[in-house]
Amino acid sequence: MALQGNLQDFTVTQLLNLVNLANKSGALLIQGPNEEARLIFREGKLANAQLASEDDGAQGGLPQVLHRAEKINDAQLNTLRSRAVGMSDKELGLLLINAGYVTQADILESLKSYYVGIMQQLFTWVEGRFKFDPSQDVPENKIPVRIALENLIIEGSRQLAEWEQLNFEIPNLDMALAFTDRPGVNLKKVNLNVEEWRVVSYINPKNSIRQIAKASKMNDLEIRRIVYGLLQAGLVRLVRPAGAPTQLDGLQAAFPGVEKTEQKTLITRLMDRIRSI
Amino acid sequence: MLTVKMVVTGPFNAGKTEFIQTVSEIDVVSTERKISSPQERVKETTTVAMDFGRITVDESLVLYLFGTPGQKRFDFMWEILSEGMLGFIVMVDSTRPETFREARSILEAFRAFSPTPYVVAASKQDLKDAWDIDDMRVALRLETGVKILPCVSTDKDSVKTTLLELLESILTELEG
Repeated sequence: MALQGNLQDFTVTQLLNLVNLANKSGALLIQGPNEEARLIFREGKLANAQLASEDDGAQGGLPQVLHRAEKINDAQLNTLRSRAVGMSDKELGLLLINAGYVTQADILESLKSYYVGIMQQLFTWVEGRFKFDPSQDVPENKIPVRIALENLIIEGSRQLAEWEQLNFEIPNLDMALAFTDRPGVNLKKVNLNVEEWRVVSYINPKNSIRQIAKASKMNDLEIRRIVYGLLQAGLVRLVRPAGAPTQLDGLQAAFPGVEKTEQKTLITRLMDRIRSI
Repeated sequence: MLTVKMVVTGPFNAGKTEFIQTVSEIDVVSTERKISSPQERVKETTTVAMDFGRITVDESLVLYLFGTPGQKRFDFMWEILSEGMLGFIVMVDSTRPETFREARSILEAFRAFSPTPYVVAASKQDLKDAWDIDDMRVALRLETGVKILPCVSTDKDSVKTTLLELLESILTELEG
């Protein structure tokens, strides 16, 4: 029977454990709520990882991976983009090594770092479906690597625990943030890193946390981590986003078809009754 | 006849069932079962579906009180119970700070389900280990405008005050 199922029953970390212990080879396709990932294993080691949204080469191609790892600069990236159209990663890698742009180690380390980054995103996927296909291998045009899964599994377990806690603290990313008006707090004197400042710059009751994450190019775990820190420090508070249904809207749902003046009368009658108990 | 409803929610063993029992004119329709989890065996039974109480104003108006199950694994009931509610009360056990984080999470969940007025009832305030209301406000990260009220679920006056404060908030919202 094919190895397939639901992430709610079998987590990504458990899947990696299975692949690792059984020395499996093949492709693991994971369909999350908004993204799809394909992981390829060879004898229990990760050989390749790809997100569907980055599969067109615009993000996940070798030039972009090397640029993200700061192995090539902006100008080199632009040159490769225009001249390397149609080349496979293997051909391009050989060309770059021969031209002295990068070493073989640079390429392998950059790819490993990119794949580990993808895995870290996957650890936060708690909903979706998976399917393992033992007949698939690394595509011909891609450069395979060998990443042992033990460290990934340990890191994944840690991330899952962190994810569960942050999800518990901030369950709803459709809420917005507002600055607290605590006297004496000057945001400029607080030590924030670049990512935190980026989030802070978008804080406005009009922007939901989800929108801030999108604008800041952060995944759900990253945005929750930063928002949690800001909440704990008392710098921000959760508010309903502007334009969301108000409490008055909610009350209208409780009194379907009843006029507002009549609603007030009903509440007063309820209060009188409770006082009389 | 018009029926309106309020929801009483909060973590496990916060006193929700007693709260409803104290003011309901009918015996509370309670769906309690013996507790199976050893970690949660601080009392013999717990609510698994909902509690249901009633306060009749007259033949044309009735208030229903729904108590949600306190155990996290029954949270699928919350959204169903919150539909069309007039407002909600979040009960928090003042003597068990380890439940404050969960109370905060439940509050956020209900705010997301239905944007109606709510109050926080700091229950078991008659016990010597009860946290101070001001400290609970900080620990629960409640905004300035949110009412947090001392409450003893078995005391009728205390329960009435909590209900009246919620109705006062609803009236204020309607007048605003």
